[in-house]
Parts: sequence; structure tokens; C-alpha cells
Amino acid sequence: MTDQELIWRIAGGSGDGIDSNSRYFAKALMRSGLDVFTHRHYPSRIRGGHTYVEVRATPDGAASRGDGYNFLLALGDSFARNPSEDAYYGNEELKPLSENLDDLREGGIIVYDSGLIDEEQVAELNLEERAEENDWHVYPVDLRGIAKEHGREIMRNNAGIGVTAALLDMDTSEYEGIMEEMWSDDILEANLAVIQDGYEQAQEFEQNHDISMPDHEEPEEPQALVSGSDAIAYGALDAGCRFIAGYPMTPWTDVFTIMSQNLPQFGGISEQVEDEIAAAALALGASHTGVKSMSGSSGGGFALMSEPLGLAEMSETPVVLIEAMRAGPSTGMPTKPEQADLEHVLYTSQGDSTRVVLAPGDQQECYEQIRTAFELAYDYQIPALLIYDQKLQGELRNVDASFFDQEPDGDPGSVITEEEIAEAAEHHAGKFKRFQYDAEGGKEGVSPRSVPGQKGGRFLATGNEHNEAGHISEDPDNRVLQMNRRLGKLESIREELDEKGNQTHHGPDEAEYGIMCWGSHQGTVFEAVDRLNDDGHSVKAIGVSDLMPYPEEEVSAFLESVEECLVVEMNATAQFRGLTQKELGRFGPKLSSLLKYNGNPFEPAEIVEGFESSIEGEELAVSNMKYVPAAGD
Amino acid sequence: MSAFSAIGEQREADEDEFTPGIEPQPTWCPGCGDFAVNNALKKAMSKLGKNPDEVLLCTGIGCSGKLNSYFESYGFHTIHGRSLPVARAAKLANPGVEVVAAGGDGDGYGIGGNHFMHTARENHDMTYIVFNNEIFGLTKGQTSPTSPKGHKSKTQPSGSAKQPVRPLSLSLASGASYVARTAAVNPNQAAEIIAEAVEHDGFAHIDFLTQCPTWNKDARQYVPYTDVQDSDDYDFDVTNREEAGKMMYEVESKLYEGEVLTGRFYKAEDRPSYGEEKRATGEMPEEPLAERYYDEDAEWERCAEQLIQKHT
Ligand SMILES: Cc1ncc(C[n+]2csc(CCOP(=O)(O)OP(=O)(O)O)c2C)c(N)n1
Ligand code: SF4
Ligand SMILES: [Mg+2]
Repeated sequence: MTDQELIWRIAGGSGDGIDSNSRYFAKALMRSGLDVFTHRHYPSRIRGGHTYVEVRATPDGAASRGDGYNFLLALGDSFARNPSEDAYYGNEELKPLSENLDDLREGGIIVYDSGLIDEEQVAELNLEERAEENDWHVYPVDLRGIAKEHGREIMRNNAGIGVTAALLDMDTSEYEGIMEEMWSDDILEANLAVIQDGYEQAQEFEQNHDISMPDHEEPEEPQALVSGSDAIAYGALDAGCRFIAGYPMTPWTDVFTIMSQNLPQFGGISEQVEDEIAAAALALGASHTGVKSMSGSSGGGFALMSEPLGLAEMSETPVVLIEAMRAGPSTGMPTKPEQADLEHVLYTSQGDSTRVVLAPGDQQECYEQIRTAFELAYDYQIPALLIYDQKLQGELRNVDASFFDQEPDGDPGSVITEEEIAEAAEHHAGKFKRFQYDAEGGKEGVSPRSVPGQKGGRFLATGNEHNEAGHISEDPDNRVLQMNRRLGKLESIREELDEKGNQTHHGPDEAEYGIMCWGSHQGTVFEAVDRLNDDGHSVKAIGVSDLMPYPEEEVSAFLESVEECLVVEMNATAQFRGLTQKELGRFGPKLSSLLKYNGNPFEPAEIVEGFESSIEGEELAVSNMKYVPAAGD
Repeated sequence: MSAFSAIGEQREADEDEFTPGIEPQPTWCPGCGDFAVNNALKKAMSKLGKNPDEVLLCTGIGCSGKLNSYFESYGFHTIHGRSLPVARAAKLANPGVEVVAAGGDGDGYGIGGNHFMHTARENHDMTYIVFNNEIFGLTKGQTSPTSPKGHKSKTQPSGSAKQPVRPLSLSLASGASYVARTAAVNPNQAAEIIAEAVEHDGFAHIDFLTQCPTWNKDARQYVPYTDVQDSDDYDFDVTNREEAGKMMYEVESKLYEGEVLTGRFYKAEDRPSYGEEKRATGEMPEEPLAERYYDEDAEWERCAEQLIQKHT
């Protein structure tokens, strides 16, 4: 937490354009040379309801949401339910203001739309008193009035941007440049006039706050503002994926949408189908026929994919499936993040799991690891799964644009040509030995693939146990040979993954304590680690991405090097800690857990606090997290 | 040059080519209707001069699903009820492949019913054969979606209280563009109908009456049967939806009254297949998608060039 940090929160109702305005604002800050990171909070509702987006901007790296925030732009909820009735949802008109006060830091700025939130209601909030206590600086502006005067009411967000810029002493030109890319003619003129009017009206205020635009310089190289979903979709496209089948479900829908919008121009096919069983089955059908394919879903939809996933394992049909977690069980909290589907993704479907599971920790890892998933799936003929969550899917962050300058990969992996088929191992009564026990020349345990239409390549793919040509067989010797061959591939995959180095280490090489995490809150954990070390603690962290096959050596070495380790995850039953103990078979007494499952992602300060009370053996002071001590403690 | 040289080759084919060397003899019970489907399919494919390497047969789970073991081609023996979604994606991935899906009445009209409805609606250019034996064969004789009302089984000991599904009407209403019924006792008609279905450009559904002498002892052996196209008693236009619908309703009702009517019941004229529709919207490539993966000169689009710009 430095004073060189702006955390701007724009709050309103769903459908009020909060999402797009915050994206433009983040982009403008990014183009000015700041690092940006966004955090979205929204209800499972299309119109109205409390929603906000935070944009955090700092001069030197933003990899997480911050602790609270320091600038509120409260727009009013234009879809609020009747405020005169004592509704279940509370007074919605007031929510953009009332719901956001608890997290606002001392010295923070509040701008609210006095055109939508009326003074009398504000009085009920004791705003004046609270502002005094917390040294908040309150600026009511009739944003709606400004918008209506120059254009239409929906432009009021832009009036708020103008006000924001004036209060932060920020140049509006980057933001206006973005408007020029978006709009033209009358609409553009009106929006620009709204921004300027907001700017001018705010200049009239007597300003006495300490928050301003953080120091910034022209960025050294162009930056791209991307979400985890963007990065996953682009990684898949660059991996040569040209077929996706899916069924909408939050939060996986974003990847499905981005892929569907881009596949036609990439020469591929997207299919929205009747359910997730079909979606996964279609991905298998396309893959069986030689196309790099994927599907995906979130909790409930992924549950439906369980049986096709097992079919992919048994028939050695390559496929990439992604699972975007949201809070469960069942429909749970559809728009809130959680990491409670780990065991579901690792073990769902009957029989011994034979799959790869990766969990990226940020946008770049999303891009890289979905590519790794395709590579492994198609080289090893195995389903490869990417597990991420609602937080990573939607949060935006700047990445060097040059990072994406990577070669696409159309290689279908272990498929061989017709000539190679003709020379391949002796066929079995006319059928190609697609599941040969000891094929040579390829990767360990991997038998060559043929695809329909190739002369001489015909074989049977089946979910039943089968012989080398794919025909059903319950012969015990064959069974063991085939099982061992399929499972054995995971060992070679582990070796390849070790070369990729997907685990991310942070902090000093030598440290007394460790913190372990997996997936999306890696950046938050790393920020907490920096602060702990600054405060005199000795801590290092590891963000684990390889979940199956598990990076046994690397994690063991990490845990051996520290005295104790706190495992931080967003679920209630410490699933990742359980996995670690199961895979490593030791370290139980060293591992304690910090868990959060209230629907909101960790803030760095919460991890600092959780760590400190864990080493001191104190109870957590807050109820929104849970501490689980080490086994035997 | 195509990487798939088995596709579209003009050739003379022999029925034996479709008999697998590994399992030439099916293990179905003596007298089972499933033999007839296998024989008719072999006959149709050889008559059409198909190469076993250009055919993909996708099956579900059941006695019927074993078809994959006894018919030589590329095969995908999937899971219970899911042959259609696998099959239709294969067709999208490579429209050159001759795709046939097959499975039981439980598989297709029960657990996979949703896929049946949607695959028919989309009118994929493929053939779907349902082995309709009015029973769950492989799990030992439970009531199926086509078992007649009152049918007694171990799981419905007092007789089924449910009306059976009307497979032909369901198919028509869902959007299939070719609908026929044939029976195991009528091998020549069966082979002809399968050949027609394979040639048809769209979703061709065949409800194939296959007796199960093991579990459905009371069931008719589907004799005598009538081919409505050969009979003077029935006169309707198979290309007319309304007339087809009426005819199907009658055919389905009569089956449970003991009269077996078979033949072609609907054939849409000029309805484009899903592939054609999708290509027309620009959402499916003109060249078979699978081909580019096996073409060394293929150019792959890059996100860096096409998409990153809008994020900067
Ligand atoms: C998901 C699932 N549920 C149940 C089964 C067990 N099962 C196998 S075949 C079958 C029914 C077979 O009946 P039908 O589809 O009519 O095929 P038939 O054996 O009569 O040819 C069932 C219930 C299964 N394999 N998978
Ligand atoms: S149980 Fe019935 S359907 Fe199955 S093989 Fe025997 S006769 Fe055929
Ligand atoms: Mg049956």
C-alpha cells in the first residue's frame, strides 16, 4: 500500500455500463504508463443489483486487487427496485453508495450522482459524520443532469469519468482517445462534451484530498489489457484449436464466446449444443476425426462432462476441457469465485484418473498453459484440463503486447501419415494397431494414431477395455498391459512439465516460512509475501500450477526448505492441502491452511493477517476467513 | 492432395470387406434381430462402393452397440446414449467421411433422447439406425421407451403404465429429413433403405425393428409385415410433411395392435444439410477442417496479428 496507488471503484447496477466504462478507464491508465489490475464484483442478475469494478493502478506492477480502495464513483442504480418499499434487497437506489463505504480507506474520495441518489437518502446514511471520522472527501455531482444536457442519460458514467479526472489531476486525452476509437459523429461529440462538462464542474470544487494520478511515464513497450478468458481463448487459437463445442454457463461462457466470435475468421467451427454431455462428446468426435478440439464449462456443466471425460481417457482421444470454477455446491453463487472444484476436476468419472490438470496463476500462465494442455493432449492422446475461476476469467491486467507474438501450432501430435500407417507394426487382421503395447519411435507409452479417412488406418475406439486394434477384450494380461501403458504416459508428461517450469516461486531463496497456493490468487499471495518480508518476516511462496501429474520433487524441495507452510486457498475444506499431503505422503505437521469462501477473493492484507496469526498461534480476528491448523497440532 | 485417400474413391466393393477379421462372428443370441442390421449395413455399404476406411460407425452401449465389433470400418463405440454428438462432430470435422450412428431404443429414444431431437433438428448429413427391440437387451430385459403400455418386466412387474414413444413422429417433429422403418425379417428392404439413407443429404433416421427372442418372448417377430410403398392400401406422398405425419401416427399405433408397417415415411426435398447451412453463414470452412492439419503448406492464423491490437 503506497500513496502511489489509485484504486478507483465504479459502482452502480448491473446493466449500467460499469463493465465497459471501467475497461476504458483501465485502458486509459495503462496507456498513460501505469500498471493496472481490475476486480469485478457483480450479482447473478441482469438488470440492477449491487455491482462494482475496481481499477487498481500503480507505477510498478499490479498483480492483485488491493486492500480496500481509495476512490468511489457511485452512479446510482437505474434499475433499482422501488425504494419506497421495504424490499428484500434493501434500498437499491442507495446501494452504490451505501454498500461501498465499509471498504473505503481513510482519506478516500467519494463522488456520487446527486441526480439519482437524493440528498435526503444520503442524510440517512450519516454520510457527513462518517466522512468526518474517516477523512473522506465527498463530491456530489449531478452526473445524470450533465449527461442529459449534452446527450443521453446512459452517458452519465462518462460525466463521472470527467469528474474523476479533474479530482485526480489526470489528463483526459487518453480516455478521449479511446472514445474516438469507439464512437463517431454525434455520439462521439456528445460523449466528449459530457466528459468535459464533468471535468469543469469538478474543478469548481474546493479540493483538499491527497489522492492524485500516480506518477507515470510513457510505457516502454505497448501493453495489452487482457482477462484470463482472453488469454485462454487466444492461447487455444494459437495452439491450433479450431473446434469448440459448448453450452453457456457463468463463468466459462466468456471463453466460449471469444472463441465463437473468432473461430470463423480462423477457419474453425464453434457449436452451441443441447447440453454439456453433448458438448464434451462433440469435442471428442471432432478430435477423433483429426481436429484439435476443446470444450469446457463450470461446476454443474462440468459434472455432466464426467462420462465423456472418462471415455476420452479410455479411448485415448485427445481433448482439452476447461473448468471455470464458481462458488458451489450446486448452483452456488454463480458470479462469485471459489476454488472448490479441485477434487471434482481431478477425480470425476469412473476408474483411475488418467488426465492432465493445470491451474494457471495469471493471464500469461493462462495463455501458456492452455497451449501446454493442447500440446500434451495431442502428443500423449490424453484429456488435458485447465482449471481456473471466476476471478481470473474476468479480471483485466496489462501484459506486454509482444508476449503474444508467438508461433501458432497446427501440429496434430501423434497422428501418422498414410505412408507411415502402411509401414506400421503388423496390422491385426486388417486393423491398424492403434493401441500397440510397445510402439517405437514415439513418446513413452504413446501408440501412433490414425484418423478416419486415412487408408489402412481403421481401428475401433471404445470405452470398453480393448486390445491393440481397439476390439473389446477382457483378457487379464491385455488389461494390465493397456492400463500400465496409459498410466505410464503420466510419468513422461511429468518430465516434460518439469522442463516447462509451470510453478512460480516468489520471495527470497532461503526463508523460514513458506506460503503455498494454486491458481488465481497467486499475485495476491506474492504481494503479501513482499509485505511480510518488508515487515521483517522471512517468507517465500510457491504458486503451483501442475495438479496432475503433481510436481512432487519441486514441492517437496520447497517444503523441506521451510519450517512451516501456510496453504492459502478459496475453499472450505483445504482441498489443495489435502492433495499435497496425498501426493507427497508427508509434511502433514508442517502444513496449515488459510481458507476463504465467502465469495470475495483475498486481499493482500488478509493473507498478511492470516499468516501473522498463524505463526503466533492466535485466533483470526475476522470471520470472513478460516484457519485450519496442521495435522497433529 | 488429400491426406485421406480412402475418401470418395470410385471402387467396386465386396460385402466381405465389411466383415472384421478379428471378430467375424457376432456373439448376439441365436435368432436376435441385430444380425439383420449388420448384414443390411454391409450390403448397403458394398453396394455403394464404400471403402471401410472412409466409413465412421459410431455406436452407443447395448447389445446393439456391439455392431462396431462386427462391422469393419473406423469405429467409435461411445457411451450409453451419446453416439449422436460424437458422430455429428466427426461429420463437421471432415464432411468427406461417411458417418453412421447406431444404437438401441433405450440408447437413442431414452438416455440419448435429447441428442436425437437436436441432431435431427440440425439435419446433419448422416445416417442414424435405431435397433428397436422394445426392450433393454444388454441389461437383461427391462422395459424400454418403446415397450408397449402394460409391458411387464422385472422393473415394472405390474406392467408399464407409460405410453411408448412414437419414434417416427418424434423424428419428423424434431426435423429429420428422411424417416423410415424397416424390420429384421425384411433383409432386402432393409439394405435398400440403409443405402438410400446413406445417400440422402441430411439426417436420415431408420427405426429398425429387431426382435429380441431372449428377453422379449411375447413380442411379435414382426411378421407378417407390409411395405407401405408396395401396398395398395396406403397412398400418401412421402415428401409431404402433413401426409407423412398422419401416416406415421397410424404406423406407430398399428404396431401395438399387431400390424407391422414398414417403408419410407418422409423424405424432405431440397432441405439443405446442416453443413450447407453453416457454410452459408460463414461459420464453417469450405474445405474439410480436418485437411488443414495434414497439409504441410497450411497457414495458421496468429492471435498476435489478428486480435492483440484491440487490447492495446
Ligand atoms: C450411463 C449408463 N447408464 C446405464 C448403463 C447400463 N446400460 C447398458 S445398455 C443399457 C440399455 C440397453 O438397451 P438398448 O439401448 O435398448 O439397447 P439393446 O441392448 O436393447 O440393444 C443400459 C441401461 C450404461 N452403460 N450407462
Ligand atoms: S439379449 Fe436380445 S437383443 Fe441382446 S443379443 Fe440377445 S436377443 Fe439380441
Ligand atoms: Mg433395446
